[in-house]
Amino acid sequence: MSIKENLERIQSEALAQIGASEHVESLNDVRVSFLGKKGALTAVLKGMKDVAPEDRPKVGQMVNDARAAIEKAMEEKRQAFLSALKAEKIKNETIDVTLPAKKPAQGHRHPNTIALEEVERIFIGMGYEVVEGPEVEYDLYNFEKLNIPEGHPAKDEQDTFYINKNIVLRTQTSSVQARIMEKGELPIRIISPGRVFRSDEVDATHSPSFHQIEGLLIDKNITFADLKGTLAEFAKQLFGEETKVKFRPHHFPFTEPSAEMDVSCFKCGGKGCRFCKGSGWIEILGCGMVHPHVLEMCGIDPEVYNGFAFGVGLERIALLKYEIDDMRLLYENDIRFLKQF
Amino acid sequence: MNTPLSWIKAYVPDLDCTDQEYTDAMTLTGTKVEGFERLDKNLDKIIVGKILKIEKHPDADKLLICQVQIDEEGQTVQIVTGAPNVAEGQKVPVVLAGGRVAGSHHTGAAEGGIEIKPGKLRGVESFGMMCSVDELGSSTDFYPDAAADGIYILSDNEEYKDAPVGSDAVELLGLHDTVFEYEITSNRVDCFGVIGIAREAAATFRKEFVPPVVTETGNDEKTSDYIQVEVKDPDLCPRYIARVVKNIHLAPSPEWMQRRLAACGIRPINNIVDITNYVMEEYAQPMHAFDYDLIAGKKIVVRRAEDNEPFVTLDGQERTMDSSMLMICDAEKAIGIAGVMGGENSKITDDVKTMVFEAACFNGTNIRLTSKKLGLATEAAAKFTKGLDPNTTMEAINRACQLIDELGAGEVIGGCVDIYPEPKGDTRVGFDADKINAMLGTDVSEEQMIAYFKKIDLGYDPETKEVIVPSWRQDLLRLADLAEEVARFYGYDKIPTTLPSGAATAGGLSFKGRIENIARDMAERFGFSEGYCYSFESPKVFDKLLLDENDPLRRTVSILNPLGEDYSVMRTLPVNGILTSLATNYNRRNKNVRLYELGNVYYPKALPVTELPDERKQFTLGFYGDGDFYDMKGVLEEFLEKVGMKDLVTYNPKAGKTFLHPGRQAEMIYDGAVIGYLGEVHPDVCENYGLGEKTYLAVLDMPEIVSRANFDVKYTGIARYPAVSRDLAMVMKKDILAGDVERVLRQRGGKLLESCVLFDVYEGAQIMTGYKSMAYSLTFRAKDHTLEDKEVGAVMQKILHGLSELGITLRA
Repeated sequence: MSIKENLERIQSEALAQIGASEHVESLNDVRVSFLGKKGALTAVLKGMKDVAPEDRPKVGQMVNDARAAIEKAMEEKRQAFLSALKAEKIKNETIDVTLPAKKPAQGHRHPNTIALEEVERIFIGMGYEVVEGPEVEYDLYNFEKLNIPEGHPAKDEQDTFYINKNIVLRTQTSSVQARIMEKGELPIRIISPGRVFRSDEVDATHSPSFHQIEGLLIDKNITFADLKGTLAEFAKQLFGEETKVKFRPHHFPFTEPSAEMDVSCFKCGGKGCRFCKGSGWIEILGCGMVHPHVLEMCGIDPEVYNGFAFGVGLERIALLKYEIDDMRLLYENDIRFLKQF
Repeated sequence: MNTPLSWIKAYVPDLDCTDQEYTDAMTLTGTKVEGFERLDKNLDKIIVGKILKIEKHPDADKLLICQVQIDEEGQTVQIVTGAPNVAEGQKVPVVLAGGRVAGSHHTGAAEGGIEIKPGKLRGVESFGMMCSVDELGSSTDFYPDAAADGIYILSDNEEYKDAPVGSDAVELLGLHDTVFEYEITSNRVDCFGVIGIAREAAATFRKEFVPPVVTETGNDEKTSDYIQVEVKDPDLCPRYIARVVKNIHLAPSPEWMQRRLAACGIRPINNIVDITNYVMEEYAQPMHAFDYDLIAGKKIVVRRAEDNEPFVTLDGQERTMDSSMLMICDAEKAIGIAGVMGGENSKITDDVKTMVFEAACFNGTNIRLTSKKLGLATEAAAKFTKGLDPNTTMEAINRACQLIDELGAGEVIGGCVDIYPEPKGDTRVGFDADKINAMLGTDVSEEQMIAYFKKIDLGYDPETKEVIVPSWRQDLLRLADLAEEVARFYGYDKIPTTLPSGAATAGGLSFKGRIENIARDMAERFGFSEGYCYSFESPKVFDKLLLDENDPLRRTVSILNPLGEDYSVMRTLPVNGILTSLATNYNRRNKNVRLYELGNVYYPKALPVTELPDERKQFTLGFYGDGDFYDMKGVLEEFLEKVGMKDLVTYNPKAGKTFLHPGRQAEMIYDGAVIGYLGEVHPDVCENYGLGEKTYLAVLDMPEIVSRANFDVKYTGIARYPAVSRDLAMVMKKDILAGDVERVLRQRGGKLLESCVLFDVYEGAQIMTGYKSMAYSLTFRAKDHTLEDKEVGAVMQKILHGLSELGITLRA
């Protein structure tokens, strides 16, 4: 048998064995038995010394070709094995995607804060600055500078907590108005959220401590129409583009003219439902043009500057927005309640 | 305030609108209607019937079979009744089969009413029901002549006995009416009376306003011959009018008056009382009647009370007066508390022959304070508190005397005694239509504005361009007030909607607000949910928290008039709120609860309080369940890192907090200043709050944070040269803190020490009692070259030297 024939036989046998291999290990056996140190092809190379020198390059070439062919077949086979294995592995890695998610236990903001941030976002967008004022406040700022002098019925209506004759727990965030105006930095566009206090017993709709957001704008040539426009925009952003507003005359000692604003019921869209007690409207805030006497008391000339103010009950917004039916829930801090926001 | 529409219509006769239209329109012009109730909403097919014949029920002792005539033609129906008070010939309200009544005699009003169907009672057919007042939706309080237990016998009432059979009984009883409830604002004193509301209704619907025509009635005698009046304290009593009525004939007032009072929720009593109440409803002017024969010296003196003066009010209660309160007296004694309640000693009884009628104007604030001090809230006091118009006083008392005369309740003596030292006239307010339009953003003509004013009885002087304001509109003082009058009759809804012009402003959150938001974000990231707690609490909280008796935190800003001891002091510590909330959760078996709060504490600057307290916002965190001291510490450090305060924090284990575990608490110190504290809650405190698990607290003082926080970050370059690591296992006394060790490592490690990380703490076998082992992994790196062993070795020597100064040795 010529070397050539021998090589062809080795090659075809090797290819046959590669083809018959069933796993990566048997492929290794093939490598050892053909290409290994004691393998068939290696044996051919070892017999090179018996080949005539002039034929050696030719034989060498043939051996190399055979080796290349075997290695190529082997590599192809190996790749096929690997991809089959990979496919099998991927197939077995299927998981139940509906099993519960793993989440770090995040905490939750209080619904009051969420409502507040919403309101802040809207007014900051309109160029308002957020400022704070003291919760324990002089009677002067809580009442007198708001046109509520000693003996005014409004003072009694508000069920004030007193620290002494001159110091109260503020009954309204409006107390911040005079503090800001007194500084005399005009124009003014502020909102001032905060805690207020009134001596109401705790029940489903009352709390001796709750929160308001006061708004104040002082500039030249401000009109009641501007007040309406600003608050209508606020209502739309807070309750949705479809929201309609209604202004009703009301009375506050520190604004004139004064109004209360209703928004169309966001539950029924104004048709009337249990939520809005059938009226289609929900009372949301009090507002008005800053009373000229209030401006005067703060050293602002009402002939030059004027403006408007409004006050929103934060809890009221939170209760309405989240349909919470009992105000006490807001102060119990039961985690099952807080988790829902 | 509740008023039937029929009463309004009496003065606005052309008013024609549905209840809903009335509600909407009045609300939009400023007389807010809170709601309305139709008195006949559940009454249907109820007529005047006449009982023709009564027989006993064959099978039931308590039932009667009545043949009842239901129309003028003589048609009858058979009705079986259990009522004890029926008799042949009586006229009664009858609801026919298929009709409705408002409720049942036994169980009261029923939601939606009750339909009456034909049926059988013990085998006998019945085609309707004879009604009691309860079934008509009312009560004997408001129909005093109706039987308390039985059918309302209409034929026993003089005014009803001639009502035709078959006619509408609901009409007869004045129940085709709607009661409106108003929310009247404190500036509109005039609208606390029907006349004021009627005037607003007329203006709102642009109808004619026809108020009652009041004439000064009286005989030829002179009131001043009967009674003298002296007002000693005119500052509290700007006007006092007395009139006298003799030959009093007490009787029920007519049905129309009773019905109007009943609709307002006032019980009819007798003609004199009813007239007083009626005029109070009409004019918002309270009046009081004294028995003339009980007035000593026939003289009335209005003066301040003596301190501690005892006085028995007409409800039989003895009360103690003080010198701030105004009394009505006779020549010898007090006979009434001005504006609040009359005295037992002068009250009208059924035997009264002659009375003194008082209509006065008292200082509203004074009446409010008196009423409050005495805890005596009467209808009269509520009215006076608003601050009444002294000119309405005369109109009201004349109206009352006119009614006494018309109803034959007595003989009115001519004239009156009127003490009115400083009469109030009309006032004038400058008018400028352009300025009003500029305020409102409208374009209403001057003529239109003046027309609005006229509709509400404001005059106009074209010469001086002034609006003339009658004394009952004390709220109209300047142009802005007139602008509101224009706005409400022009229509708030018609005013355009614009956005303010003017200079743009930047707006935004304050720096403080930003830091607070970061605090919230970080707390929530670590599983804490936000709670809101009250700012006031009980002083007992300090005992619960084991505070020393002399602890300065016990010095609180206290509320003079708290809702109760539990809400009486402004908190000086923020932890009670969180602990209470955690306890609430624990009691409700909620697991692993983490809460935080951002809220103020209030430190008095001096006691007693003379200036505003120092309000400091506290960031308070608390939890029970999974986690320990170091979890809490981690949350705080993450927060501090976020606000740029990572590097300079140290911990002092001697925080001195009584409510925290003495061995598990620390003050947080930043650059030498205490910024907060944290720790495990003292087991006794847990017990006091009913917390059955280990609980951890942390408090950061936000002003300290805000003043130090900063967001300046400078890039420092990423290390390019390799690091060298060394592990260090040490043995030391137990009381040496990791913080002490780390301080040495940092100080001695200098610039080359990149980090030191504790990876093991061990006590127990192999370590001497009273000692512990700690192991740190140190990483060294130089910025500008690869470290050589020699350099690291030198630094390690320094470190070891420093440690040995603390008595720390390397672990063998």
